[in-house]
Amino acid sequence: MDFQVVVLAGGSSKNLTPLVSKELPKPLLPVANRPVLTYVLHQLEQSNLKDLIVVVEGEDAALVVGAWISGTFIDRLHVEIAAVPEDIGTAGAIREISHHLTTKDILVVSGDLVSDVPPGAVAATHRRHDAAVTATLCSIPVSGPLESGSSVGKDKAKKLGRYNIIGLDPGKQFLLHIATGAEIEKDARLPKRILRAVGQMEIRSDLMDAHMYAFKRSVLQEVLELKDAFQSLKEDVLPYLVRSQLKSEALSNRTPQGEENGNEKVTSLNNQVFVSRILANASIPSFHDRSSETPDGSAPTRKTHKCCAYIASSSSYCVRLNSIQAFMDINRDVTGEADHLLSGTDPNNNIGPSPKLGTKTTVGPHSMLGEGSEVGDKCQVKRSVIGRHCRIGSHVKVVNSVVMNHVTIGDGCIIQGSVVCSNVQLQDRVVLKDCQVGAGFVVTAGSEYKAESLARKEK
Amino acid sequence: MGAQKKSATPRVSEDPEDLARNPLQAILLADSFATTFRPITLERPKVLLPLVNIPMIDYTLAWLESAGVEEVFVFCCAHSKQVIDYLESSQWSSKPNFIVTTIESHNSISAGDALRLIYERNVIHGDFVLISGDTVSNMLLTEALQEHRERKKKDANAIMTMVVKQSKPSPITQQSRLGTDELFMAINPVTKQLLCYEDKAEYSKGFISLDKTLIADNPSIILHNDKQDCYIDICSQEVLSLFTDNFDYQHLRRHFVKGLLVDDIMGYKIFTHEIHSSYAARIDNFRSYDTISKDIIQRWTYPFVPDILSGSTAIKVERQGTYRASDVTVSRSADIGSFTFIGQGTKIGNDTKISHSVVGEGCTIGSNVTIEGCYIWNNVTIEDGCQLRHAIVCDGVIMKSGAVLQPGVILSFKVVVGQQFVVPAYSKVSLLQQPTHLDSDEELEYADNTSGTGEPGSDKLNGDITPDLSETAYELGAGGVGYIWSVFEGVQDEEWRQSVAPIPTDKLIKLMLEKDEDDEQLTQDGNVFSASGELKADSDDNGSGDDDNEDSGDDYVFFEKEVEATFLRAVNENVKVDHAVLEVNALRLSYNMASVDCAGAIFYSMMKLAVESPHNSASELHKNAADIITKWQKLLKSFLHDIDEEIEVVLKFEEMCLESAREFAALFPQILHLLYDKEILQEDAILKWADEKEGADAADKVFLKHSEKFIQWLKEAEEEDEDE
Repeated sequence: MDFQVVVLAGGSSKNLTPLVSKELPKPLLPVANRPVLTYVLHQLEQSNLKDLIVVVEGEDAALVVGAWISGTFIDRLHVEIAAVPEDIGTAGAIREISHHLTTKDILVVSGDLVSDVPPGAVAATHRRHDAAVTATLCSIPVSGPLESGSSVGKDKAKKLGRYNIIGLDPGKQFLLHIATGAEIEKDARLPKRILRAVGQMEIRSDLMDAHMYAFKRSVLQEVLELKDAFQSLKEDVLPYLVRSQLKSEALSNRTPQGEENGNEKVTSLNNQVFVSRILANASIPSFHDRSSETPDGSAPTRKTHKCCAYIASSSSYCVRLNSIQAFMDINRDVTGEADHLLSGTDPNNNIGPSPKLGTKTTVGPHSMLGEGSEVGDKCQVKRSVIGRHCRIGSHVKVVNSVVMNHVTIGDGCIIQGSVVCSNVQLQDRVVLKDCQVGAGFVVTAGSEYKAESLARKEK
Repeated sequence: MGAQKKSATPRVSEDPEDLARNPLQAILLADSFATTFRPITLERPKVLLPLVNIPMIDYTLAWLESAGVEEVFVFCCAHSKQVIDYLESSQWSSKPNFIVTTIESHNSISAGDALRLIYERNVIHGDFVLISGDTVSNMLLTEALQEHRERKKKDANAIMTMVVKQSKPSPITQQSRLGTDELFMAINPVTKQLLCYEDKAEYSKGFISLDKTLIADNPSIILHNDKQDCYIDICSQEVLSLFTDNFDYQHLRRHFVKGLLVDDIMGYKIFTHEIHSSYAARIDNFRSYDTISKDIIQRWTYPFVPDILSGSTAIKVERQGTYRASDVTVSRSADIGSFTFIGQGTKIGNDTKISHSVVGEGCTIGSNVTIEGCYIWNNVTIEDGCQLRHAIVCDGVIMKSGAVLQPGVILSFKVVVGQQFVVPAYSKVSLLQQPTHLDSDEELEYADNTSGTGEPGSDKLNGDITPDLSETAYELGAGGVGYIWSVFEGVQDEEWRQSVAPIPTDKLIKLMLEKDEDDEQLTQDGNVFSASGELKADSDDNGSGDDDNEDSGDDYVFFEKEVEATFLRAVNENVKVDHAVLEVNALRLSYNMASVDCAGAIFYSMMKLAVESPHNSASELHKNAADIITKWQKLLKSFLHDIDEEIEVVLKFEEMCLESAREFAALFPQILHLLYDKEILQEDAILKWADEKEGADAADKVFLKHSEKFIQWLKEAEEEDEDE
């Protein structure tokens, strides 16, 4: 497929401190003992999308990530690593690497996406409609992992703050409106202009943007060039394209020949329109074509572009790792209900090849024990992930937690709902509840913490 | 119907008893409470106007009978006597299982009043069908009724089911084929609950606002622009009592439906029922009269078509949809084209061409006449050589030889058009003079037939007028009798929208171009208006001028919106200035704003209205603004007590020129001058503003520079004053 994939892997996300560090940038955060980036790359590989640019924020992070990818995916994917400055936004990142983009269409995927939505299907939808942009939408997970905390009776208005208001055409193929709930003050304002052209619009508030977009390269580059204030793909570029789909500014100052890989959505050449109609499987002209026609039905004078939506089936799993809560949830889900994501990534069983379990120690379901880890006597591990080469003493309870690699846990520790990063030392009888312990931290014996974030002082 | 009742009876609940006891009732409003059919309706009620030679009310009653309704209350108001007389003499008075009762009122001015009166009579005992007497339909009610009743059983608040039908408005004219304004509805696709109903395109142009809670409550909402409201409602009894409780509800849709949707205090819900293959439409204006007549002739409304409905008189349907009564005299050389109806006893002369038209009973049409797309009622005489295109010609009209009707003409009863006279397009001609009071008072909205009610015996009026018919009073050529009504200012351009004549091509092209411009504007406006603030960066660019605005925060934004809505309502419904002042004052108190804010907000709304009214050039925009300012200066002035407030207006204007209404930028000095001329702004205020701005940075002084001349002039004038 003539598709280049841009994986926006990010770098050191502020939301995720103290989990991320210089040594462990966000793309390499372990989800069920594999770097989170694995999941995206694996999905891409499955869809036979092998021409990748992985964009990492910060030079150092880029080096680390690059080293890992070349170690793991060598011979499997053709990957370029690009480092971009931090805090330039997703649109900024694409702008930086714009000159690397060569193919007709570009798939942009967020590197923190843990999902089983096939990127290939998104790409195919994009191609079928000859769209300017195709956004992937998925149902809001019932468990609501995006919501911080586990509070159930959440205010509805508050809930809207998180999700998008999305307008679709009756066939659920085209994206007619998109707005993030948080931006809407009192009421949602929907453009009549597009509604008039389409006739009816379905307003959904139960879908969320999965951060996987397919763009027509020429359109994307043009928009980024024209609107240099645009920072975010999701908040600026996508709404802009959706808003202007019936009156495409992005294409208006192009030469009408459309030489550049046929970037013109509706060219003045009728046969091309015809072809696109066939591609769209439409016996009647779609509203895009209709609204570009003049009253006497002659050649279209106005340029339109199509914004499509790929709606993942409601059973698919799709979560972004963008908060500590999400990190916990994903770890839990991937070892639990969404364990099909693991299959094929690695033939590993949930318990590594050489586990050393003491007597009367139980490792419950939805748990994982990494390679070379040792667990002492009379321990309990429930719904937790334990990394590689950890040493866990006796009488230790690990519940609902994530323990990364090379962690030493002393006797009699109780760890609940916490994240323990690599190389941490928990001395005897430490009690952690809802804590995050940054890499290399040492928790002294007998201390108790609740809902705290522990990290080494930055030097 | 019967079958459905049987199925309902066995169920154990209190409802089945009701159902078994109460026959299905209907309320038929034999008055549309609108003026769209004037001048014809000054002399005859709308429901008795012939639609393909049969009074409209017959279509409605015939449908109600076929749909299983057993008792109909016909509410008559304007010309009630004519309606009652007609019903008494018609077949409807003697049907065994179909009781038609008339309810007469002389002082109802709206559907709301009518329903309140019916409530007082206490004649409705269960669910009823609410319909107006100008509705043509052939839908089956059973399904909709069943849905309504089942919903009602589950949820006592589901009090109304509205019938809707697919009909996409034209993207160019933004009106449906029935000539009505485009309608936006939000419907929950699963429950079919109606969530939003917006039929006035003026409000919040370019955007539909959906309340956040609606979105939160309904994960999926379908917004429809492609549905037509059939004005057939299945209501529960509560609807009547709601009208009584809310004595200010007048209009069925604008007040009642919106009232229920907006303030959901009572939690009442309205649902929709979509019909697909059957027909339902309401004659709301001349365009729908034309459209529905054509639909009837083309038999979409079967079995409610002339040859079946008329019963006794034999009407034959011939090829190509030509209907011909038995005793028609048609010359051999006459050419009766397709989709044409010729009524009983009509004579047609040589070489006359008729197509797509309805010709009533007892008409005499001469030779060499061309009739195309016309509705000619009974006993009309058309002499040789006349030409008629897309016109409505009422009973007893005489057209002298060679007269010409241009498209869209309405000739009311007994008008005489003089020889060779050309009646200009879209004229309305009547023997009655145009009511002199301009319908600008707020009554108009509902009152459409106040004057109709005021003249129950229009004969009397006629009698009054006949004596002083001096020949000179007429504008219809030699031997002509009748007045050409002048069109209200402003409505003129819109006349073609709801006329019987098809929309002229040049209008379409013009609209098309306007739409393009609109779109462009909207795309730009997107930056300013988009509530979603997608373009934060862009809006920062023009942040220099509006600092003081931002301080006041959200409250002010809401307040401004409210004031704008109030103002728009005042404009659209012709609310008196005093009332508007009161309303704005009330808003001011509830938002705890100063009158400075009011002045700013009102001015803002006025200018916004000016920008949004159609205009092609800067001068037209200027004219728009001038009109609005002239008309509403009193409102604005009521909030301009001192100089600070006046300065606020100037600042506001400057801000608008920078942001939302850049079109005004070029007109800044002119408008400023205008405001000065109208004594809205005193020179002190303008000069003070100029002083304040003097110190500002260059970007801020753009408008000051523009208006330098004017200020100079002001200053000189002041000095002169001082000299004296």
